[in-house]
Amino acid sequence: MGVYALPDASGHYGPYGGRFVAETLIPALEELEHAYQEAQRDPEFRAELHSELRQFVGRPNPLYHAERVSKELGGAQIYLKREDLNHTGAHKINNAVGQALLARRMGKKRVIAETGAGQHGVATATVATRYGMECLVYMGEEDIQRQSSNVFRMRLLGAEVAAVRSGTRTLKDALNEALRDWVTNVENTFYVIGTVAGPHPYPAMVRDFHRVIGDEARAQCLELTGRLPDCLIACVGGGSNAIGLFYPFIEDKAVRMIGVEAGGLGLSTGQHAAPLTTGRPGVLHGNRTYLMEDEDGQILPTHSISAGLDYPGVGPEHAYLKDTGRAEYVAATDEEALAAFHRLCRTEGIIPALETAHALAHAFRLAPTMRSDQTIIVSLSGRGDKDIHTVAALEGIHL
Amino acid sequence: MSRLTGLFVQLQDAGRAALIPFMTAGDPSLTATVPLMHALVAAGADAIELGMPFSDPMADGPSIQCASERALARGVKLRMVLEWVREFRKANSHTPIILMGYLNPVEAMGITPFAEAAATAGVDGVILVDLTPEEGRGEAVVLQQHGIDPIFLLAPTSDPERVAIVRSMGSGFVYYVSLRGITGAAQADWAEVLQRVQDLRQQLGLPVAIGFGIRDAATVAQVAVGADAVVVGSALVDQLAECTTDQEAIAAATRFIEPLAQAMRTTERRGV
Repeated sequence: MGVYALPDASGHYGPYGGRFVAETLIPALEELEHAYQEAQRDPEFRAELHSELRQFVGRPNPLYHAERVSKELGGAQIYLKREDLNHTGAHKINNAVGQALLARRMGKKRVIAETGAGQHGVATATVATRYGMECLVYMGEEDIQRQSSNVFRMRLLGAEVAAVRSGTRTLKDALNEALRDWVTNVENTFYVIGTVAGPHPYPAMVRDFHRVIGDEARAQCLELTGRLPDCLIACVGGGSNAIGLFYPFIEDKAVRMIGVEAGGLGLSTGQHAAPLTTGRPGVLHGNRTYLMEDEDGQILPTHSISAGLDYPGVGPEHAYLKDTGRAEYVAATDEEALAAFHRLCRTEGIIPALETAHALAHAFRLAPTMRSDQTIIVSLSGRGDKDIHTVAALEGIHL
Repeated sequence: MSRLTGLFVQLQDAGRAALIPFMTAGDPSLTATVPLMHALVAAGADAIELGMPFSDPMADGPSIQCASERALARGVKLRMVLEWVREFRKANSHTPIILMGYLNPVEAMGITPFAEAAATAGVDGVILVDLTPEEGRGEAVVLQQHGIDPIFLLAPTSDPERVAIVRSMGSGFVYYVSLRGITGAAQADWAEVLQRVQDLRQQLGLPVAIGFGIRDAATVAQVAVGADAVVVGSALVDQLAECTTDQEAIAAATRFIEPLAQAMRTTERRGV
């Protein structure tokens, strides 16, 4: 593989990625790419981003040794990268701050976003308020119902939340609607995409804003254990927290990288959101990647207990890492994720997001097969306060 | 000479632009599709754009999104769309048919099998909204090898570099998206659009069709003075959406297209 330097100049990761959009958006993407390259080279931009991540987001967050659960499992030592301790409670804010600073630099007064679980919407609403910008968040009608507290949060923060009623009324349709808004208002509007999908340069830019997760984890692991971890585990919907953790380790070939997709009711039922595990390559939302589609190329409805993983595509860089074998991708079902959710609550006193619980489920499967001097880092991508209504309802409790 | 090139040569002589209505295949019903295509021609359409439904039509406004959803709910598949074109060709060998849609369903079928089947059915041109010329070099070549014109889009925002790429790869005509936005949105300044179309035609050496924002005979007349073709999409789709029987749909399409065709035939082109 040589030194890893993807994407290439045209935004491709091998056969994946690229720029598949209506002609109207091409100049906007070129403008964005140019502005982002300039910002990356500008020490002032980098200093401002760094300062915001410290002062506003609360970075660096800890790499926490989950001793009780590790001991209970009797295998590898599990360390949790505590993205849940960030302001707004998830990793999403890293990217939202980065893109909002870029929007301000480009003179855009209005930001739009799509959101599934609502975490990216909350993060975008937060930074829009912080930097004095107008904010509109598109959210599928179904997600609005299952994540009502995040909808209220966004409104408290001054954002407008638009219900999307087309298609399956979930994240993918919110993304379509945000793209339509952007095509129409491209002059004054910056589209803050919340994951490592979309047309180039989004997958690379969002990854770069999240690599702080892996950069910190790498240094913290060396400091705490004296060596690199044996394995990294993160949940994968679009895959932004996973790529943020993985990217700084890509050249460390001895470090296993495992992405965990939403297995829903089970892979054999078709009721899941696991394109890397079960799908095939195609083109959606501006990039070529693995998709859940039927034999006619129509995008399939997805199912996951977690709204944040309920997406039929995945970031193109994950597609590339899968094909090259550098990363592995597995799935955890709703049931496995729920069990892991409860286990972490009871052993470590941490309520994880249901998305994150998928990564934990696989870590809990894997740890007992490893030696106790080995290390797993799990991206604890978000906190679970937003999910307590979902979990309570499953147990027949009305809050 | 291809049907599309033949049409534009013939209309050049007649001194008018082509009227190209858009309809979604399989909407408002499966059985209405072919009769509707014939009705559009009888009412004065010079060519037809037939929409291939896709689950995630990100460049389309509510009208065409809903038509696409309805068609998919009726079980429309790409092979059915091609079969309808074949059926249409049995009674009409002269009207160009342009398929319009998104890349993924075509890719699922495979670009070569698609091009073969489309050519056999009698398709003349293909527009894939999310396939930019940069990403679509391979596909464009395959289509051309099968005698089908790959039709690319240009927008008010396209710079000279992109115009040059389209010039090197496109054929048949170029579709000029006359506004920043999705299908079905409103248009403001036609004078500016027509000036740009004039320039583009010179640079491209290809006919230029104007689409997006054209809703009635008045706008058709405004646009037809300076374009090689005028595409009417969402406004027609809206009319059809309200029809409950095939007969109603055919009558509505005829009622809608006739005055547009009339406006087209009485609008003389200038500066060409």
